[in-house]
Formats: sequence, structure tokens, C-alpha cells
Amino acid sequence: MPLTLLAEQALNGLQLGLMLFLLAAGLTLVFGIMDMINLAHGTLYMIGAYLAATVAEASGSFVAAIAAAVVGTAVIGMALELTVLRPLYRRSHLHQVLATFALILIANELVRIIWGAQPIALNMPAALSGPVELAPGLRYPAYRLVVIGVGLAAALLLYVVVVHTRVGMWLRAGASDREMASAMGVNTAWLFTAAFGAGAALCAVAGALLGPLLAVQVGMGENILILAFVVIVIGGIGSVRGALVGALLVGILDTVGRTALPALFRALASPEVASEAGPALASMLIYVLMAGVLCFRPRGLFPARG
Amino acid sequence: MASTLHIGLRPLPTLVLVASLVLLPVVLTAVDQPFYIVLASRVLIYALIASSLNLLIGYGGMVSLGHACFVGAGAYTTAVLVHAGIGSAWLAWPAAALAGAVLAAMIGAVSLRTRGVYFIMITLAFAQMAYYVVVSLRALGGDDGLVLPRRTGYGFGLDPHADMTFYYAVLGVVVLLMAGLRRLLNAPLGRALQAIRDNDVRMEAIGFPVFRIQLAGFVIAGATAGLGGGLLADLNQQVSPSLLHWTQSGTLMVMVILGGAGRFLGGVLGAAVLLLAQELFSDVTTHTALGIGLVLLAVVLFAPAGLAGLWRQVAR
Amino acid sequence: MTAPPGLQVDGLRKRFGGVSALDDASLAVKPGELHALIGPNGAGKTTLIQLVSGAERADAGRIVLDGAVIDGLPMHRRVALGLARSFQISSVFPAFTVLENVALAIQARSRARCAVWRPVAGQAALFEPARRVLDVVGLGARSDIAAGALSHGERRRLEIGLTVATGARLLLLDEPLAGLGPDESARVVALLRTFKGQAGILLVEHDMDAVFQLADRISVLVHGRVIASGVPQAIRAHPEVRRAYLGESTA
Repeated sequence: MPLTLLAEQALNGLQLGLMLFLLAAGLTLVFGIMDMINLAHGTLYMIGAYLAATVAEASGSFVAAIAAAVVGTAVIGMALELTVLRPLYRRSHLHQVLATFALILIANELVRIIWGAQPIALNMPAALSGPVELAPGLRYPAYRLVVIGVGLAAALLLYVVVVHTRVGMWLRAGASDREMASAMGVNTAWLFTAAFGAGAALCAVAGALLGPLLAVQVGMGENILILAFVVIVIGGIGSVRGALVGALLVGILDTVGRTALPALFRALASPEVASEAGPALASMLIYVLMAGVLCFRPRGLFPARG
Repeated sequence: MASTLHIGLRPLPTLVLVASLVLLPVVLTAVDQPFYIVLASRVLIYALIASSLNLLIGYGGMVSLGHACFVGAGAYTTAVLVHAGIGSAWLAWPAAALAGAVLAAMIGAVSLRTRGVYFIMITLAFAQMAYYVVVSLRALGGDDGLVLPRRTGYGFGLDPHADMTFYYAVLGVVVLLMAGLRRLLNAPLGRALQAIRDNDVRMEAIGFPVFRIQLAGFVIAGATAGLGGGLLADLNQQVSPSLLHWTQSGTLMVMVILGGAGRFLGGVLGAAVLLLAQELFSDVTTHTALGIGLVLLAVVLFAPAGLAGLWRQVAR
Repeated sequence: MTAPPGLQVDGLRKRFGGVSALDDASLAVKPGELHALIGPNGAGKTTLIQLVSGAERADAGRIVLDGAVIDGLPMHRRVALGLARSFQISSVFPAFTVLENVALAIQARSRARCAVWRPVAGQAALFEPARRVLDVVGLGARSDIAAGALSHGERRRLEIGLTVATGARLLLLDEPLAGLGPDESARVVALLRTFKGQAGILLVEHDMDAVFQLADRISVLVHGRVIASGVPQAIRAHPEVRRAYLGESTA
């Protein structure tokens, strides 16, 4: 495989990984602090993408679209937390799965009613639609570079908040020890709502940024939700650092695998085998990775709870 | 004895239930609604599959989010056998169960080393792998799946394509297996499974091989789901990768929790209510999922023990 | 060389991260003797129970039960060979009745423990011995209520009943008096006395009065090491013990 192609794939992988991290960070904190399985996390991502597409269409400004998506989704997320999710914290995981599965069904149907069943368009800003020459022979789409940049900035911001602020300290304490979270003496109810809103906002960032690259459609949330879960399980539930490592592993493995494996099979076996086994094995890679990690480290790479 | 664990068999309600299931196709034919015989067969099959998952979730405390892959294993086994010219249900259905059991043994042997949420996720991971295997194998029809030119036969001059005959074959299998499941749950192995659900550490400390018992339960559930998959293949005369999709596993889990996890008829009730609600809503509105979602949410928030539990609350 | 009967623990070591919990701990429990293991908090008593019972693996050392090396065996195999433990925090089956709790422990050693056909309900071979155990631990009158509904004291006794019902010849009892009031405490002490001579017991306990009343021999664990082993009088007089442990607690 040519080196430029590999570099391009690595950048694509980095981009997917960073977007996955934006989703996984919220998911892992909610999971760690509130011990809550939230299947509807991907739904917030979908809502963010739809809000962004609508505002972009109306205003013509991509920046306004992202800002509106972030605010709108955060508000919706906090409203959900206050009404539906809060009564579920003390329930079993089974009930949380069932209730948030129901939320997915409801949200998908509402989106269909409001926006219709067909995918809708979210166009990238015209200024960013061209490629940039990163190195001789390596041209890479400008928009994807911006996505990587925003992803890095968001990840850095999150890191600073979680590691260097008082709120972040509460969050980490809560994620590593739930008893502690309730005994912290801070207003945990407020903290939970705020954390949930922040998680929703991160979902919206990812949804709005990925919208122009993937289709904005009903069901987009579920596909990425599964990936985000794979990420936090690999990283260790409750660990933000684990989510980052897991997200980058999954993003890069998945992206590079989809190009490299079929090529590898073409080199080693017949074209039929390559076209059949290549894509299948590539789709499977991240699950193989997760099963492998859990085999040897049943609590993920960075177990947060002692 | 004040045991709440023993699942009793109240003769009268059981008799009424089985008798009405036996009479159902006769009545439906009489009122000229034969279409619902097929729907009833589907409900019965899903009742069996959901009950096998209830054995895992409700009685074994093993929350698997990969149950659809055992259904898929059974369904594809039946389809492949029919294509290979083996058209007897007496062979195809046991083979479907065997396929489910073998797959469950392999997945369980690895997955049961993890606990809690990690178990949920690793079963999902294996099911996803199975899904991608099926999608990619051209011999299994890839994305399109396989069409069964005919249903598997029973001999004795019976026509499996007569909807009523097929219904009775399914009913026979389901009643037999539900009776077996009750027997199993009341037997020492069933007790041990439930005790592990309550306190696995203590079970190991009084001398039970916890891992092996859980694996046995996992394999039994996988075999039952595989058989259910075989029946589904016959019912639809078609198998496709969507049978193994993770949303299928999610739907099965919803059936179990909706009906009442850890209650004997929970899976049956959940399957019946969910499938019938889908049918009902689809007559009135195109937005079926909205209604089902709202009902599910209401069940969780207001009837946490599932419908079987609600029944008891109301009856009290 | 034939090992003596009973339990021999030889040179057990266990580290958690960088911290050494057990450092070359050795002791022996003779058949039928009540052997108390005492030591200040954090001395490694619970770690020793964890390692001997098989809940965790030792980094080094040997555990021998009646001449058979058992380290490396999973916990349930050790139970089958006659070594059972109780838990410091009562660990029962809350959804099962008290009688069904104990019947499970009887089931664990029956040949048909994983049979799939004959219903458990009505199997006298499981419930008769279970009733006898409940009479011994004084829960006969509570046999039909759910274990989750027991009082703390009753739960402590069910905990002991579960351990005894395994039929083990050697019992590891982890603070059976934890959290009990004086009345319940006296009751459990009397109960433990009835076991003397029938089964070997390794008793971890903080209640010194109970320990010195009950024990045939006492081992003292300090910083992961057994610094003394002997009859109660000898332990009371042992200068190192007084300094490391008794002195501390009477100060």
C-alpha cells in the first residue's frame, strides 16, 4: 500500500477516533458516575446533526449551525435527564436499557415526523470543501482537517476541565467511586444534570461535524452508539483517559483495517477470497479487539473503579 | 413450604391456555381470518426464543445482548440443510438447536469470564462478529440471505405449507419445550442457576462450579434459541442477516423485560404483547415505533416488574 | 514424607501493587482444633482467608489440606475436598428461604447437584439435613422466611450454617462476631464451642474475650507474618505479641 494512502487513512482514523471520543467521554462519565446505561446517547448525536442541518439551511452559516446544535442538544439532554432518566438511576441496568431503548424508538419516530424519513443534507462550508496539500503527493480535504482540529481542541478542553478544575475533580471522584459521589457533599443532582448537558453538547459537536461526511438520517445514532460503547468498554468504564485511548484505537483500527485488510488478502489469496473475507474481517476487527481486551483485562484497559 | 422458587403447575389455567391455543386456528378459520394463524405461529416462535433469553436474563442473571446470533445460527442451519436437500424437520430442527448450542458453548466459554456491563458488551461483540460473517459469506447469500424453496416436512402425509399444520407443529414444539424449561428450573440445575444470579461468590464458596453451571445454562438457552431460529426459517421461508442484527437482540431483551424477567411466562407474555402491539399499531398509524416506545417507557417507569408483575399487582 | 492431617499453610506471600499484604505467613490447624488468628487491622488476616479459601491466588507458598496440595485449585474444588469459608460481611441468598439457603449447601455435595429433571422441592435428602443444620444454628423457627428478611444477628448465624452445611472438615470463619450485640455474640460463641472437636476451625476474630475463651491455639499475624503460635496462655505471655498487638489494644 502506498505510503500516502496509509497516511490519509491514518488521518481519517484519527478523525473518526476523535469524534468517537466526543461521544464516548459523555457516555463513560454518565456510566461511571450515575451507573446508568444510556442507549439514547446516540440519539443526542442524531438530534445534534438534525438541528445543525436545519439551522445551516435557514441561516447559511455553519458556525451558527454548530452553536445552535450544541445549545439545543444540551437543553434537550438536560430536560431528558430531569424528566425521564433521573428516576432510573437507582433502577437495575435492565430497566435502564429498556427505558432508553424506548427513548430511541420515540426519538427516531419524532424525527421522522418532523424531518421525514429521507436523509437530509448538511453541507460543509464552501471555503473548506477543497483539499490541502499536506506533503508532496498527500492532498487531504480541508474540512476533515478542521474536524480533526476541532476534535483535538474539544478533547483538550475536556481534559483540562476533568483534570484541572474542581468540577472535574468531583466528576473523577464520582466516576471512580460512586459512594464517594453521593458523600461528596456537593449538590450532586445539579452536577449530574450539568454533566449530562455537557455530554449532550459533545454529542452535538460530533453530530454536526460528521453530518457533512456521513448521511444525516434516522438510525445514525444507533450505529455510532455501538462504536462508542465498544470504545468505553475497551478503555474501562468511567475512565476518560480510557475513552480517549479506546476511541483512537477503534477509530484507527477500523479505518485502516478497511483499506489494509482487503489489500492484504489480495496479496495473499485469490481475488474472490479477498472481496469476500476482506470487508467482513475489517468490519469485525474492532469487535475482535474488544473481545481480546476483555479476555485478558475483563474490566478494560484503564479500570476506573477499584 | 413457603418456597417462591418452585414454579407450580396450576392445572386449570394451564389447561385453559393450552386448549385455547389448540382451538385458536379453528376459530380463526371459522371467522374467516386465516391470516392471523401465521401471526399466531410467529408469536409462538418468539415466545419460545424470548423464554430462552428469560432463562439467561431472568433466572441466570446473565444479561446477554447477543441472543439473536443463536437464532441466526439455527435459522441458517435449517436453510442450508434445505438447500442441501435435507428437507425433514426431524433432522433440520434438532440440527438448528445443535448449531445454537455449539455457538453458545464457544461464546459462553469466553464471555462468562466477565461480569455485569462487560458481559453485556462482550456478548454483543460476538453477535456482531457472527453478523459480519453471515453478511460476507457468499454461500449464505450475503446481504440478501437465502430463500427456502419449501418448508421442512414432518412425514405422515402432513403438508407443512398448510398454515394450520405448521401452526400445530410449532405449538407442539413450544409447549414441549416450555414444559421442559419448567422442569429444568425446578430441578437442581435450575436452582443453582438462580442461586448464582443471587450471589455467585457464595455459590462458589459452598462448592458449586459456578462457571460450568452458567455455561450449561448458556448452552441450553442457545440451543433453544437455535431451534426457534429453525422454526422462523420455516415460517418465513427465508433467512437474512437482519435476523442476527443487534437490534434483534435488543428487541428480544425488550420482550423479556416487558413481559417480566424471571417470571416463567414473562418471555411468552412479552413476545405476544410486543408482536400484537406492532400489528395493532401498524393498522392505525405508520408511526408504530412511537406508540411502542411510549408504552415501553410507561412500563419501566410505572410497572417495573413487567407485565407479569403488573398482573399480580392488579390481582392483589 | 507424609504430611500430618489438618491444614498446613507454608510461606504464603501476596502483594497488591507495591504493598505486601502477606509476607511468608505460615501456620497449621490440627484436625478438630479451634485455631484463632489474631492481629491488628491490616495485618493480612482477611488476605490469608482469601488465599487459603481460593478466592485469590498467592504469589508464593503452599497450602496443604490433609496431605493434599490444594493451592492452585479453584474455590469450589477446595470445598469438595473439605475446606469451606464464611464471609466477614454476611453473604447469603436473599431471594431464597432460610431453609433453601442451607439446602443449596447440601445440594452442592450431593451427586445430583446439577441434575435437570427431578424437582428440588420435596427432595427430603436435601431438606432433612438442612433442617438439622438450622436447628444447630438456632434458626429452625425461621426456616420458611426469605433470607433477605433476617435480622443482622440471624444472618450471621445463617452465614455459619451455610459454611457448616458444606460438610467441610476445616472451616475458615472470618469474624463471625462482627457487628453483633452481647447477647447474639454469646450465642455464636456457644455455637462455635459445639463445633470443637468435630471440625478444625481457623477463626479470625477481633473480640479478644471470645478468642481467649474459645481457642485451643492462637496465631498472631503482624505485618503479613505469623510472629507467634501457641496456646492462649503462651500467647498472652509472649513479649513480642504484647508489644506488637495486645499492648496496642489495651493502651
